[in-house]
Parts: sequence; structure tokens; C-alpha cells
Amino acid sequence: MHLLTLIGVLIVIIGFALRVNALLVVTVAGIATGFAGGLNVIAIISEFGRAFTENRYMGLVWLTLPVIGLLERGGLKERAQELVARVRSATTGRILLLYLAIRQLTATIGLSALGGQAQMVRPLIAPMAEAASEARFGELPDQTRFSIRAHAAAVDNIGVFFGEDIFLAMGSVLLIKGVLDENGIHLTPLHIALWAIPTAISVFIIHAVRLMLLDRRLRRELKVASTPPLPHESGGEGKGEGAPKE
Amino acid sequence: MIRLEYVYILAGLLFGVTAVLEFRDHANPKRLRKTVFWGIYSITFLFGSVLPPLMTGCLVILMVLVTGWKDLGYSKVETAAEPQRRQSAARLKDKLFIPALCIPFVTFLGTLVLPKIVIAGHPLTTDKNATLVGLGLSAVVAFIVALWLFRQKFASGLHEGRRLLTAVGTVTVLPQLLAALGALFAAAGVGQVVSGLVTDFIPADAKFLVVAAFAVGMALFTMIMGNAFAAFPVMVAGVGLPLIVHRLGGDPAVMAAIGMLSGYCGTLMTPMAANFNIVPAALLELPDQNGVVKVQIPTGLILLAVNILLMYFLVFRF
Repeated sequence: MHLLTLIGVLIVIIGFALRVNALLVVTVAGIATGFAGGLNVIAIISEFGRAFTENRYMGLVWLTLPVIGLLERGGLKERAQELVARVRSATTGRILLLYLAIRQLTATIGLSALGGQAQMVRPLIAPMAEAASEARFGELPDQTRFSIRAHAAAVDNIGVFFGEDIFLAMGSVLLIKGVLDENGIHLTPLHIALWAIPTAISVFIIHAVRLMLLDRRLRRELKVASTPPLPHESGGEGKGEGAPKE
Repeated sequence: MIRLEYVYILAGLLFGVTAVLEFRDHANPKRLRKTVFWGIYSITFLFGSVLPPLMTGCLVILMVLVTGWKDLGYSKVETAAEPQRRQSAARLKDKLFIPALCIPFVTFLGTLVLPKIVIAGHPLTTDKNATLVGLGLSAVVAFIVALWLFRQKFASGLHEGRRLLTAVGTVTVLPQLLAALGALFAAAGVGQVVSGLVTDFIPADAKFLVVAAFAVGMALFTMIMGNAFAAFPVMVAGVGLPLIVHRLGGDPAVMAAIGMLSGYCGTLMTPMAANFNIVPAALLELPDQNGVVKVQIPTGLILLAVNILLMYFLVFRF
């Protein structure tokens, strides 16, 4: 084994940094790694094809796109925005925090199918999170809009990653059990899942704080940029409104 | 029995329709290259199980080559304009949420119920495939419900599918390509080299440093491979078991559980985990491909530090 096999890693880092087409970078990295590892061309291309086919399940999420397109055409985003605008206490951070809690808890009991980037974030969560700020501060600058969307995607990932590890029948718990079994250490899934709880609680607290800070940042940036459309809104929450002084 | 293969064929048909629609749109820039791209992607889904791997490999490489140096860009597809959408939202009101909620709920029900339904001695699907078959089923059910509730034509559903697929663009195949890269990494022994590098750096007796190196190693390795599951067996066999458990007397359950979750911190911070990090950036039409990763990095780093402390304080106590 020699360091040359790491050439693929290097190609990926450089290629992604230079923003070359990601598909091209990954393919070249794969072929180079194969050669460095002593495989011949036929073996490399075959392995590429085999793994691509075996991982077709990753592409099934696209089956939901026609419905999501129809929903958008029907005005789902606009409807979600209307509803959010009616809830006075709704802020971007609070909506995302609520979704984080639901996502993490449902994943804990094995319901990780109740969410997802294409299924929930694009049609519902991101528009609602955007709408909450729009209702408070008016039209959002693009940069803010993109930042809110990225936060919506992050919440979905964080919730499911650190929730599903507590669920006993989940792939990760079973993988851990399998690896330890192979090495002669036999544990029950319950025992493994138990030790995922401290991290799950920690990440919820960490990210909750970040979402509250996001709210504060939005308030600070957007209050300056635009006059609030709802002047009677201030003081409605009790806490937080004094924040700009800090 | 609903075999997973049928769901793949359904996806293949969707990509095939997209290829045809791309071809027929004469105003579309790079029309032919886009047609080839979606056409090949469709073939790998329709015939993936019967094509020899070498053939699929060649097709995939051709598919990558037609995307070129700087990607294909998206296609302009007409959809309802904002005033129309507002009007439609006012008419349909909360009915709009029904198909949206169909997707998660039918997937969930399918996961629970499909393996339990036995017809002529065979369950409708196996437990292993239930979630994926459920996802395919939910897409079909939600699609039909949406067409019926919104009084839309079948063709406009396909049009909308093409609009979003081409908005995501060539990133659609990136998760599968990265998985293929991971397979080549494994075949070439990249895992052993990386774990060798990590173990070389660890002072074997300083408890805190060993724990920190194991957790950071899991995160870094995951960032390189794009997948904590690929990093885990190598790091556990190279560092976790020999050093933390056997030499220092740590608890294997704590080491393994928190070790895996340290890997997940890495997943949050890498573009290599494309289906979690790059695909949503494309789905949400962010101009920066790494927009989601950048938001996740602070949480990932803080949590990694917390994991190191948790492991240090828990692993030697139980």
C-alpha cells in the first residue's frame, strides 16, 4: 500500500476547489485511483458500472419531482406563505427549530421517511421559513433568501442524522453491531443505541442556539435594510426585541 | 410481488421522458448533449440489472463526458407564473397540502404494511426494500391525487417533472457516481492507507489524545469518503478496538456509538456526501453549490468537540 492511492482524494479536492464539473472530477478521480491501486482498465470500468447500478436506489428520490412540480404549479408555496404570515409568532428560526425537533424525534422512532430534501424541504419547509421573514420584514434580498434556504436543508440533515442513530433497527446501529461482532465483541443494539443519546441531545441544543442566532441576525440585518411592514408587531414576544442594543 | 426492479423501471421511464422532452425543445441550448445525458441515465435504470457492468461503466463514462468541462446548465421550461399561482392557491386552499403529505405518509405506510401483505404465499415486498418501494408507490399515489385534485393533465405532470429534473441538472447522478468512486477507493485500498496515516500520528498512551485522534480521524475519513459507513470499520479496526478498548480499557459500546456520530459530523462538512449536501443546494436553486455545507460546518465542528469530550468522559467509566 502506498500514498499514490490517495491521488483520487487529491483530484477531488483540487477539482471541487476549482469548480470544474463535479461529474468529470469524480470520474477522473475514480479512474486514477483504480490505476494507482493496480487495477486494469477493464476492472476499473466494470467496478464503476457495478457500483453505479448497485446504488440506483439513490436516484429514486427523483420520482417525487413530477408531483412536487404540480404542487408548485398549483400554488403550494404561496399557500404555505399565506398560512405562515397569519401566525404572528412565527419566525424563520422558530419554524426551523420546530421542524428540527419533529424530524429528530420521528427519526428516533424509525420514521425517517417522514421528511427529506425533495419531499419536505423544497415544497414546504424552505418556503415557510422564507415566508416568516417576508411577513416581518417585507421583500428579502437574494442573499438572505439563499441563506434561509440553506438553513432549511441543514435542519433536515441534522435532524435525521442524529435522530435515526437511536433507532434500533437502523442501518448504522446494525453496522456497528456487525463490525464489533466480527471482532469478537457482542453487544445488543439497545446498548449501542443508548450511547447515541448524549450526542443527539447535544446537537439539538447546539443547533437550536444557532437558529435563535439566525433569527437575531435576520432581525438586525433586515430591520436596517427595510422599514417593517407591521409596526404593531414589536414587543409582541416579550423577549428578544431588546436585542439590537447588544 | 412488487420488486424493487419495477420502481427502477418507473424512474427509468421518467428520465426517458425527460430525454424526449429535451430533444423536442428546439430552443434549448446544448439540446443534443442533454438528450444523450438523460437518455443514458434512463438506460442505466431500465436495463441496469441485465447490462454487464463493463457496458454500464462505459455508458456512465460517456454520460459524464457529454456534460463537458462546465456542466450543461439548466433548461428553460414554462410553468405557471406567480399571479396564476396565487390565484390557484386561493382556489385550492388547503387541498394543496393533501398530495404533499401523501408522499411521506404513503412511504411510511408502505414501509409498515407492504411486507405484511402476503399474496399466494409471497409478501408484497421484502423488509429490506420496503422503504424504497414505499417511496416509489407514494410518488405514484401523490401524482395521481394531484392530477385529480388540481384538474391537471398527465402531460403537464411530466412537464413539471422535466422542469425540476433539469433544474437539479447533472447533479442528479452525482450521488451514484460518488458511491462508485467509494467502491474504487475500497478496491484500491485507500482505507488502509488513511487509517495507517492516522495511527502513525497517535501517541498510544495519552488517553485524551487517542480519543481525540479517533473522533477527528472518523470525521476526516468520512469527509474524504463521503460516507461514515465506509470509514467506520477501518477506523474501529485500526484505532478504536486496539487502542481505546484493548490497550486503554475503554467501553466498546461508547467508543463505537460516539465514534460513528463523530463520522456524521464529517458528513455534515463535506461536498462528497452529495445526496445530503449538494443535491439540496441544487433543489433549492442556491447559486453556491456548497451553500448547505457552509451552514452545517459550525454545528459539525462544535458537535465534534462535544463528541470528543463525551467520549473521553464516558468511555473509561463504563
